[in-house]
Amino acid sequence: MVKTLGWLTAAALAAGLVMAFGVAPREVTQGNVQRIMYVHVPLILASYVAFVVLAVASLVYLVRRDPAADGVAHASGEVGVMFVGLGIATGSIWGKPTWGTWWTWDARLTSVAILFVMYLGYLLLRGTIDDPERAARYCAVLGIVAALDIPLVHFSVYWWRTLHQPPSLMKPGGFTGSSSILWPLLVNLLAFILLYVYFVARRARLLRAQAEAIA
Amino acid sequence: MIAAALVYMIYAGVTQSAVYFVTPSELGSAPVAGKAYRLGGMVERGSLRWEPSTLSLTFALSDGKASVAVRHKGAPPDLFGEGRGAVVEGSWTPEGYFRATHIMAKHSEEYKAPHDTNQASIKELMRTLSGGSR
Repeated sequence: MVKTLGWLTAAALAAGLVMAFGVAPREVTQGNVQRIMYVHVPLILASYVAFVVLAVASLVYLVRRDPAADGVAHASGEVGVMFVGLGIATGSIWGKPTWGTWWTWDARLTSVAILFVMYLGYLLLRGTIDDPERAARYCAVLGIVAALDIPLVHFSVYWWRTLHQPPSLMKPGGFTGSSSILWPLLVNLLAFILLYVYFVARRARLLRAQAEAIA
Repeated sequence: MIAAALVYMIYAGVTQSAVYFVTPSELGSAPVAGKAYRLGGMVERGSLRWEPSTLSLTFALSDGKASVAVRHKGAPPDLFGEGRGAVVEGSWTPEGYFRATHIMAKHSEEYKAPHDTNQASIKELMRTLSGGSR
């Protein structure tokens, strides 16, 4: 099952790559730099998915004390941190030629930096507690609290004055732009969500095997 | 600490004590010379002057109600232009203009394929290549 998912993910990523460079046009105002969007937006949205799954799995763990739920939360944290980190990096690379700066402390960039640091802290917390049951319990609480930052990141561009533009995809009224840009974006979004699911499936299985080996 | 940072951001946002940039109206009503500001607005049409030999850039930032004259030394980012949003960092001078040290272009959330414009420009290119008369 996981193997099939892996091939499906690889196919979706390949299709996304071809669409980002072959199907998508050269954007009018930004030119080729805009193509970074096909990685940047899916990375960030897939990390939202990862952190929401993490929060739900944490809640399930607190209620049922099921180690499998903790494994899913742990794996989602690792993948989510990687995705947000890459999302920030790609955003920065895009920001320099378009905005004229690598970084600025507006509400969107600040709140996403907090998101990144919080989930890094989440992984650190896991590593610093030697009793696995206690580590899982503490991390579950942090995992639920940290998720509160996700709406802050998403709505920051509406609530405060920012340099970052408002969402172009995840908003009422749908995408503002050409359909030849929308489709490559959606295919890449699907590909990165599949990649997240694939990574978590593999990682959670490994974590379970690890826990059994120790026990 | 994390919770405190979140609470601070929410608090600061609600009280408007931590705004990312001020608008030309807000700056115009109480400008303090020498104080560092971040100023955001639309680059007024017809106001942009670029002197490549001295690298001096002058333009006016407007929010529809008030307008602020801005001067800068150096080339702006590619997306900077008239009728587009910009955020500038710098300070208000006693001489009555805003001296910008850093210019950032604000981008809209719209992404367009070049369909029509491209076709038109190709036609235009063909016309000029074939020596068409106007």
